[in-house]
Amino acid sequence: MPESSLRGALTEAVLYILLALYTPLHGYGIMQKVDELSHGRVNLGAGTLYGAINTLLDKGWIIPLAGEMDSRRKEYVISETGKEIVAMELIRLQELLDNGRVVTGGTV
Amino acid sequence: MKHIVHKAYWDYEKEEQWLNEMSHKGLALEDYSWCRYVFRDAPAGKYIYRIELLDKTGSHYESQKYLKFLEETGIECVAAYMRWAFLRKEASLGPFDLYSDIDSKINYYSKVINFWNIFAAMELVIGTMNVLIGLVNGGRYGGLGFNFFLGLPLIGLGVALVKLGDPLRAKIKRLQQERAVQE
Repeated sequence: MPESSLRGALTEAVLYILLALYTPLHGYGIMQKVDELSHGRVNLGAGTLYGAINTLLDKGWIIPLAGEMDSRRKEYVISETGKEIVAMELIRLQELLDNGRVVTGGTV
Repeated sequence: MKHIVHKAYWDYEKEEQWLNEMSHKGLALEDYSWCRYVFRDAPAGKYIYRIELLDKTGSHYESQKYLKFLEETGIECVAAYMRWAFLRKEASLGPFDLYSDIDSKINYYSKVINFWNIFAAMELVIGTMNVLIGLVNGGRYGGLGFNFFLGLPLIGLGVALVKLGDPLRAKIKRLQQERAVQE
């Protein structure tokens, strides 16, 4: 099977960054948004976030906002591809959640 | 007031720890150049310090881009020396960790080990060559040549540089074990 068709799980950081970028944000905005969404549980390190942003840009899952290229603070937004990836990930997570609930008898 | 301290560190993690101890005493690092630390009085514990190895030298375009990004998140680069950046963040802004997941930590530690290994390889190659030249010359002119004694400390330095990476290698191993079960 070619590697590109592998459908692995997204990392927590990547999924949260993609979710945060349904509204355009700059780097620090992403950190704050992820902190808020996870109720302070996920603190993205600036180095980790920088690497993730570059990878997501390369993959085309997020795009820099037009007209912001020269601005001091670059803003990013999720792309259509990114949204498809998120949708697929949610289906995968739903399956996990359903199975987890069934097996544990919904007690957790 | 300015305080200048001359000190040399091999291990950047110990150096970082020392900078944070200084910050706790009310001395905030403001500048660094070869073994020369410039501190300025600041409220005790105001800043948390981190030392990071950049991909390129501090003045390189890519490093500047990264440092600018850090700046947006409240992280200030007080000095960049070759590929090393001395970073600080106000403690009131919360914890200061550059890498928050296992993969990026492993990547970072590997980068540092590779950086040291380049120097180690250089010392080992030059050291070994000198030792050999020393032996050959010694054989020719009697005794051991000057190069032999020049080469030995270089080999020692190379070995020390390789050993320097041991704690990081142990960390990577631990992280890789973690990675097998979680992100």
